[in-house]
Formats: sequence, C-alpha cells, structure tokens
Amino acid sequence: MKITLTINGDVRDFDIEPGKILLDLLREAGYKSVKDGCREGECGACNVIINGKTTNSCMVLAAQVDGADIITVEGLGNADNPHPIQEAFVEAGAVQCGFCTPGKILSTYSLLKKNPQPTDSEIKEALSGNLCRCTGYVKQIDAVKKAAKKMKDSK
Amino acid sequence: MDFRLVGKSAKKIDGVTLACGMPKFVEDVNLINPLYVKMLFSPYAHAIIEEIDTDEAEKLPGVKAIFTHKNVPRIPHTTAGQGFPEPSPYDTYIFPKKVRWVGDRVAAVAAESIELAEKALSLIKVKYKELPAVLDAREAMKEGAPIIHDEADAYHPIGAIYAPDKNLAAEVKAEAGNIDDGIKEADFVVEGTYKAHYANHCHIETHICSGEIDSNNRLVIYTSTQVPFHARRITAQALDIPLKKIRVIKPRIGGGFGGKQEVLLEDICALMVLKTRRPVIVKYTRSEDFISGRTRHEIYTTMKIGAKKDGTITVMDMNVLSNTGAYGSHALTVMSNAGSKVLPLYPCKNVRFHGKTVYTNLPVGGAYRGYGATQAYFAMECLVDELAEKIGMDPAEFRLRNHIKLNETSPIFKALGEGREGNEMYIKSCGLTEAIKKGMEEIGWKEKRARKDTGRYRRGVGMCALMQGSSIPDIDMGAVFIKINDDGSFNMNLGATDLGTGSDTIFAQMAAEILGVEVDDIIVYSSDTDMTPFDVGAYASSTTYLSGYAVIKAAERVRDQIFEVAKEIWEIDNTEGMYLQDRKVCRENYDSIPLSEIACHSLYAHNQHQVAGVKSHITKVSPPPFSAHFVEIEVDTLTGKIKPLEYIAAIDCGTAINPQLSEGQTEGAVANGISYAMWEQYVFNDKGKMLNPSFKNYHIMRTNDMPKIKTILIPTYEPTGPFGAKSVSEISINGALPAISNAVYHACGIRLKEGPFTPERVLNLLEQNNNEN
Repeated sequence: MKITLTINGDVRDFDIEPGKILLDLLREAGYKSVKDGCREGECGACNVIINGKTTNSCMVLAAQVDGADIITVEGLGNADNPHPIQEAFVEAGAVQCGFCTPGKILSTYSLLKKNPQPTDSEIKEALSGNLCRCTGYVKQIDAVKKAAKKMKDSK
Repeated sequence: MDFRLVGKSAKKIDGVTLACGMPKFVEDVNLINPLYVKMLFSPYAHAIIEEIDTDEAEKLPGVKAIFTHKNVPRIPHTTAGQGFPEPSPYDTYIFPKKVRWVGDRVAAVAAESIELAEKALSLIKVKYKELPAVLDAREAMKEGAPIIHDEADAYHPIGAIYAPDKNLAAEVKAEAGNIDDGIKEADFVVEGTYKAHYANHCHIETHICSGEIDSNNRLVIYTSTQVPFHARRITAQALDIPLKKIRVIKPRIGGGFGGKQEVLLEDICALMVLKTRRPVIVKYTRSEDFISGRTRHEIYTTMKIGAKKDGTITVMDMNVLSNTGAYGSHALTVMSNAGSKVLPLYPCKNVRFHGKTVYTNLPVGGAYRGYGATQAYFAMECLVDELAEKIGMDPAEFRLRNHIKLNETSPIFKALGEGREGNEMYIKSCGLTEAIKKGMEEIGWKEKRARKDTGRYRRGVGMCALMQGSSIPDIDMGAVFIKINDDGSFNMNLGATDLGTGSDTIFAQMAAEILGVEVDDIIVYSSDTDMTPFDVGAYASSTTYLSGYAVIKAAERVRDQIFEVAKEIWEIDNTEGMYLQDRKVCRENYDSIPLSEIACHSLYAHNQHQVAGVKSHITKVSPPPFSAHFVEIEVDTLTGKIKPLEYIAAIDCGTAINPQLSEGQTEGAVANGISYAMWEQYVFNDKGKMLNPSFKNYHIMRTNDMPKIKTILIPTYEPTGPFGAKSVSEISINGALPAISNAVYHACGIRLKEGPFTPERVLNLLEQNNNEN
C-alpha cells in the first residue's frame, strides 16, 4: 500500500506492506537516529514526534499514520548547527553511550514546547518513558533545565 | 596538581554527533542486501538433543544457511572475553549436543528477512530427551545432583581447580594469619549469609553483530563489544579459522556494563558470512538479551567478622558460593573478586577466603559492573554495621577507624589474584576518610542517625564504604599510536574501547595536555583490530588507569620527536628547555615554531620522516578507588514499600581527568545499584524458565523512581596513575544493596539479607520482628 509522510519537513512517499512498523520504515528510510531498544513500547529509544505528540514508533504501524507529520532528532539540528536541546545535552554531560539520547531529546522537545519552564518533577514525569542505563538520569535532568534556559534566552 | 586540560570537563568528543542521531552504531552500518539471522533456543533447562531435522526449513525459499551442532566445528572455548589464556573453563561449543539452560543455543538460520528466518526456525524439528536439572546453586554439589558438564574435552585453560563431575566450575582458597586466634581475640563476632540475586545489564542497545566480506576477501565484523581484540581471537578459535582473516570493528556501542565483555554472537555471524558470502546481521531481541545473554552471578556470601571492644577488627572469614549458571563464563574471576576487591578494605591479620562457583541449569553468569564485589559488599558492609551496633559504636566511626589507609597493605592483595596469586600492593592514595566525613556532613548523618521514627512512615539513614581496583596487574595491556598531520593535528589510534564512558574524550585530553594542543586537535580512532594497536578492552576498571598511561607514553615519544625536528630547524645540538604550548614548540630566546611547521618540515622538507610513536603500558599494581555511600530512605510499614529519598556517593578516583564524566560514571553506577537493590529480579518457574524477560516485568529505574543523587569527588593523587588518576566506573554500583539494607535497619529494625527489597520481603520481616518482640 502507498502512504505519504512528512518527515522533518520533507514529503516522502512509501510503498509498504500493511504490517510495516513505523520504527522499521524510518530506519530503512535513513533516519538512523530512531533506535530499536525493545520493540514493546517500554524503552523510548525509538520515540519520534507524530503530529506533535511524542510516540514510540515501535508501537505504530506505518499505515496508521498515513499523512502524518513526523519529527526525528535529525530534524532538530545537525552536528554543525545543533538545536539548543542537543547542545544542552552535550554540555551537561547527559550523553554517555548516546543510544537513548535521540528519544530523550525528542521527549524534551515536546515537553519544552508545552511547558518552557518545567519543574524537576515535571521533567521526571516527561522523561519517564525513556530508559537510560548509563547516566542515572542526573545529568539528563540538568540538560533539560539547561535547554529550557537556552531556549528562553534565545527568544 | 594543576593541569591545563586534565581535570577539566571537556565536552565529550562524540557528544554532538550522538545527540544529532548520526549513524554510529552497529545497526546503523549500511550493509548492502544483508541476510538476517535468528536463533533457536532450548525450551528445556537440561536435555539431550537426540535428533534435529532441518530439511523442511532448508527448503523454505529465502533461507540461505542453517547451522546446528551437526555442521559446525566442535571446539571447546569460553565466551568470556578475557586475556589469553582465559581464566574461564573451555566448556562451550558453538552449538552443544546437550542443552543446559532454557535459552541455550540449538540452531541458527540466515534468511532474506527476519520473518523468513523465524518461519524457518519453526520448521526445524528437534527431539529432546529431557534430563533432571539443577535449579538451585545450593543443591548443585550435593550427592546425586545431575551433572551438567559431562563432555570429555572440556578443560580449564589455566589449569585452575575444575571439577565438572561435581558441578564445580571453580574453587579458590586464600588465608593469612589464624582464624581461630582472630575469633579468640574478638570480644564480638557477627555472622550472616547474604544473597545477591540474578540481574541483567539492560544496555538499551541489545547484543548485536554484523559482518561482511570486504574487497580483500577478509571477514569484517562490526560488533557491539567491550573486547574487540578478544572477540577476534575467540571467533578465530571457535571456528578454527586464521585470526588474520578477521577484522573486528567496534563502532559506538549502546552500553555494555560487562554484558558485552562476552563473545556472544560473533561466531554465528562469522559462520553465516563465510557460508553465504553475503552481509549478515545478528541481533538479540530484548527478551533474548534477558534469557540468552549474560547475567550477574547470583552469589551467597557467608561471612564472619570479629572485633575487640575498642572497635579493632581481629578476624574476617568469607565463604562465597557463586552460581555461574549453565556455562563457566567468568566463573573463577567473579568469585575471586568477591574476596580480592572486598576484604582488603579493612586490613586484618587473620583473614580467610573460600569461594566455590557451581554450575546450574540457569542463565549464564558473566561480567557485570562490580564483578563479584557488588555481591560480597552486600554481606560485608551489612555485617560491619551489625558489628558496630554490638560494640556500641557509630557505623561511620567504625569504618573510619578500620579502613585501609595510606601505605597500608592487606595480605589478600598477594593471596588472591585472577586465577593465580595476586600482587603485593601498598596503598599510595586514599581519600576514604575524607569521603566518609564529607558524606556524613552532606546527608546530615549525626542528626538523622539520632532520629527514631515510630509511626507508619519511618525514615532511616545507612551508609557503607567501598573499594575496587584499577585494571588487572601483570595481565592487562593497552597500547596507543599517535602521528602528526600536516596542520599540526594528531591522529591517535588506540585499542581501548569507549562503551559510552567517554574514554576517547579523556584520552584526547591527556594527549592534548602533553602535546600542547587543544582537545579537538587530537583525532581519536579506537577499537579496530586492523587499524589500532592492541588493548585488552574495557573491563576491570582498567581503561583510564592503564590505557591512559599508554597515551601519556605515546604522546611523550611523539613530543620528543617533535623536539628533534625543532632542533634541526633551530640548528642547535640539544633539546634542553624545549616545551610545547599553544600548538608550538617553544624555547627561551628562540622564535617558537608552530607544530604545522614541524609537521611540514618533517614530512616534506628535510630529513623526511613521519613523526609518530606507539607505546604500551602494563601495571604491577591495581590501586583501588575508594567510596563512601550514604542513603536516606522511608519505609511505609503498612505496605512494606521502601522509598529511596537521597543518595550521596563520595568518591576518590584519584585525579578526575574529566570531572563531569567521572560524575556521570558514578551516577550511572549508583542508579544501576539502586535499581538492582530495589526492583530488578529474574523470576523463574519450576523448570528454570525466566518468566519476566521484558522491561514491562523487569523494572529498571526510570526518572520518576529517582531519589536525589549527588556525587562528591574527593581529589587524591595516585602516583602510579596517568596524571594521578585511578578508576571510577565500577565501584559505585556496589553501595546500594548494603547502604539501603543498613538504612532500612535503622528505620525499622529489620535486616534485609536478600534482594530485591520488595514490599513483600519487608512486610515478612516486619511481621517476624513483631512476633519476636
């Protein structure tokens, strides 16, 4: 079946099997930032933003989201011109192995869009769907606060 | 000591590319038209494969290769990625004829898609003859227990004690002084058994490996490993192919924690690539990671400690029973580290260690951050609290009095090594006294310890002291190659394995410090068996301490060569007084020479040669980092639920080369430790099958579970370490089990001796306590 997705602003057509999982479609289409950590909606490494909502792409059939607007971490910034959230994660020491990082950054992006000045407990709630085994989360929470400040200052 | 770049929190050199999601992991490597491998695993804990029929599966269109025990080499080896010869028994075959746990390998299929490979697996017919199984480590050595390893050709490559006919995978004894005398001298003796349970590493990237044949007809393996060089060696051994045919590349890896110190998939990947001559990808699912990956060895530690009224410890006697599961990966060394990384914390002249590791028909143990120390600290640091209470001394004061200090030693350092005698060592840096004092202050120890809650919610504080090591003396080796480029930048190629820890970054800081350049002038390339010098890999808390020293030596060699070029340019006859600064060679009264000019002079102009150096490092000692952990918890005595509120880790890792990364290591280890103590567990049915192989049912800490976590770095200077550094990565996983157990005892008088600390366990103990009172 044929579907059309807008990914990071690019309109792309796909011819897919009806059972195609969005995670696999995105990775095969070159969006390698979308990570496969459990395929059961628990770890958050594959989360992307679908029509403004952070969603685990392993739990979504591509066919379900025909016409959707999708953001992956490649869409926020690149290594020469990173997004303030990406910068904040690096500066705060929130990136260790980096496998959970894209998902975490997208959860942060969604949070700060809704709530530019989150409290610690709001941050913890917003990031609770993204497992990380390296950092103990301490510096990731610092990173979200740092990102909030950067985004406020740049306005 | 003050350095220009060392001791500063340089940004992680791979940070921004990771944060931008660039393709850096094994699964991101672009393979052209790959095959996908799926494996068939044993449904039985112990069974003989009587027949295996792959005919139908082979006929399925799209299936390209199938391997079982019938068509692979049968060469005993170990999957433990350790130095050669490994101190782990050679008890493993690519595919066994007898399966030994629910999750053991039976067959592997390579096909055009994962779905096809799975379908092919379902068509393989296996006839098993089920055997009685050993599902409890305490039963493994009893008379009449089923024998798990009865193959004739299994053996221990280092000749260590190994009696598979008794299910004994390893045994170690060490003793100094006289235990009976020590007990006689003691006014108080405490004794207890503590059980540290099974756990999984839960790296968010599961085990994964891919491979292809390159244009030189060599086998290239991309693998998520902590040990690329060991992976190459063991793969060559298991398949009986020349090592020179294999190139192993470690890209970025999505966490390791010891789980990837295991050669788990490379052999299957290599078999499939060589058979099909197609690119191949082998990847565990999350469930396979839990069941067929590796685990923390379950260990029962029984310990006796005695002390005089004044608090002087007179005797320590530790007995360890370790469960290595179906194969003996790290069986000997995890068990011996339960003694060697734990007992020396309190020097005592009468000390004894006796460890046994047994086989069972349960998931296989392996390396796991903390490596035996985590398990044994649970017992020792709880018993130390019990002893202090008997004496009537504050437990922190008791530890301040007894812990090992500068220039002191322990007979255990010499008595207990890695499968052999260890090395004598005197402590040359120790910040533990300060760590304990700072931790007490930070958590408000005196006030909180004096409090005694009596209501439904009861708060308590607990603490523990810890040490670990820094690499394996006389065994580990790391090597580094550095060369200069035209513009005065440097390539630094090294075998050491950055598994997310930031080792590539701290090495760049170290090299830049010596070469008078900035961190981004050092182009780091690591962990590629064709392109980088050897390194044992990332384990045993060795990377910073050991490979870091090799960086210094290589950088110094290159610096000396740069001085020689400067000597030619300045037309002088010695290099005295030269130094590197701001990307230049400097000397008083001479115009400084930019490194780019040095490079171009030596590459293009005069006496042409490549300024470059390779150096290696080994160590005779393994200086311990030290740490004191403090935790405040609240127990709901109605529900039995424990809530960790605040956790302080004060750590002496010598010079923190990059304080932010050192804190990150500590916080990650603390969180993993708390998660292990509080929630993580393998639930088995009565047939030895793990029932909860998923993040839905195996809970690891999430952000909304977090207590407040704080790291306090206690600077010391380790004279044998690079820029004074010791290790930092493992030690802090060891604290949560004892510190939380001690805090719960303080809160409500119950003693948790087995993890995880579930509400059920707490309620049972509270009830017992009520009945006794």
